[in-house]
Amino acid sequence: MAETTLQEARATGSARLEWALVAIGIAALIAAPFFFYPVFLMKMLCFALFACAFNLLLGYTGLLSFGHATFFGGAAYFCAHAVKVWGWPPEAGILLGTAGAAVLGLVMGFFAIRRQGIYFAMITLALAQMFYFFCVQAPFTRGEDGIQGVPRGHLFGLLDLSQPHNIYYTVLGIFLIGVFAIWRIVNSPFGMILKSIRENESRAISLGYSVANYKLAAFVMSATLAGLAGATKALVFQFATLTDVTWQMSGEVILMTLLGGIGTMVGPIVGAGLVVTLQNTLATSGFPVTIATGLIFMVCVLVFRRGIVGEIYARLLTSVGTGKKE
Amino acid sequence: MTMIFGIPIQAFLGQLLVGLINGSFYAMLSLGLAVIFGLLRVINFAHGAQYMFGAFVGYLLLTYLGIGYWPALILAPLVVGIFGMVVERLALSKLYSIDPLYGLLFTFGLAQVIEGIFRYYYGVSGQPYSAPVQLGGGVNLGFMFLPVYRGWVVVASLIVCLGTWILIEKTRLGSYLRAATENPTLVQAFGVNVPLLLTLTYGLGSALAGFAGILAAPVYQVSPLMGSDLIIVVFAVVVVGGMGSILGAIVTGYMLGLAEGLTKVFYPEASNLVVFVIMAVVLLVRPAGLFGRDA
Repeated sequence: MAETTLQEARATGSARLEWALVAIGIAALIAAPFFFYPVFLMKMLCFALFACAFNLLLGYTGLLSFGHATFFGGAAYFCAHAVKVWGWPPEAGILLGTAGAAVLGLVMGFFAIRRQGIYFAMITLALAQMFYFFCVQAPFTRGEDGIQGVPRGHLFGLLDLSQPHNIYYTVLGIFLIGVFAIWRIVNSPFGMILKSIRENESRAISLGYSVANYKLAAFVMSATLAGLAGATKALVFQFATLTDVTWQMSGEVILMTLLGGIGTMVGPIVGAGLVVTLQNTLATSGFPVTIATGLIFMVCVLVFRRGIVGEIYARLLTSVGTGKKE
Repeated sequence: MTMIFGIPIQAFLGQLLVGLINGSFYAMLSLGLAVIFGLLRVINFAHGAQYMFGAFVGYLLLTYLGIGYWPALILAPLVVGIFGMVVERLALSKLYSIDPLYGLLFTFGLAQVIEGIFRYYYGVSGQPYSAPVQLGGGVNLGFMFLPVYRGWVVVASLIVCLGTWILIEKTRLGSYLRAATENPTLVQAFGVNVPLLLTLTYGLGSALAGFAGILAAPVYQVSPLMGSDLIIVVFAVVVVGGMGSILGAIVTGYMLGLAEGLTKVFYPEASNLVVFVIMAVVLLVRPAGLFGRDA
């Protein structure tokens, strides 16, 4: 009995600690543009949301998609096209991009969930490559040039997004809404079913859950949120190019998630921050980025599969010794 | 001029030949993937990089040591195979006990590193590598002109595919291999060195990729990026064929290459997409793949 209360006390204690850390993190993000270059921070936020969306699928449903660039880059194209060519306001552009990503997710998910594990990864990769070839040839993407000079416009007709701080806080708001949505999904009864599918798919089926529908739903949600990140990125950088739909981009988001910690809330954010920082540092040094990211990939897989945040969690749990283990 | 479906027969046969050559490479590469996957349960994402590596070994041998095509045809697969065995020993062998997805991720990282290194030293532009004089020129078959080297690619790939099939299905070593695929513990209990078998298998799969690379060097240019897009098409080939059978991988490779060639004749815009479309249709009709056994 005493032990249980002690455990409960520790649980509430660590929950409080987590909330405190979240509050500190948000405060730091609010203060950050006064100390760092806002475009760099916004790039980080977009990729962090992208990685979190990806983690919803890999970390909480156990499905490794190798095609998430389709949703990220596809949404960027849709948003950029709507804002630049049709003259839509930014919020409508982002909504269209996100909705477009959801549709793409529905189509890709419909095919991919027919196979499991390694085949799932290969199918998503192949379908994403198909979308890439589509983007190369479709006239509205403007091929190698991409859609450039996308105006940021005024949010809801009021807020001038060409001002660095205005767009930064808009992006931060979108990021927080997205991450909150993922947190709600993961901690809902729906999220529990997703985890049960990850842990033991056959058992979930035998319990009467229509696993295929749940997988598809998780896939579409993940794609939608990845699209939200991609559409936002198009407004931040004011362009949408082929880079965002390549399979290298799909690999990048896997690396961010793996490095930070698969199946943790904060891990993908940390991973995205590190990878983006690394890319920015290496871009000026002349050392090829792909070699560095490839090496990190190999090291992570060989010795560091829990990722940074996952490793910290594991250390904390063993040092506290409450016996609560994964 | 003779026409077929409203298209000059020369153009038709020409594209069919291009399709057959692409199919030869699809077949060799998906065969290598199937061999590796069969025993190791690893999807070798580095297969495209190893293919590129093979082509570069040929190019480097010629440029720096003056070693020509014929020795390179043996040396390139050997180098890539040995490289593969070292990788398997040092890294992949540590990953067999965990989720096979990690093998995919590891080889993905490996592919990035290999490609990054070659890109760093040789840029993204292709290096020319000419066919040996014995295989230069072409023959007029009456209905079309056939460059000799292209014919050689088809013949060589058929020989290699057939040879690999015989090795696995008809020899004693192959029977060990197939047995170890079914039940590694039992095979080890019979005194077969299964870890060695795994290393050799990965070496063989890598060597196949290396051979495809050197074979491709005179057809396409030798470039650091030559393997990275190809490998994804090969993945689609593998999904269509199913990785259950060696023969299935070979047949599907040639079939999809031909399908691609045919599409180029009738609707060129879709030729990049056709393999993926076929994959989607196969997934709808027969999710296990054309030759697959698992559900």
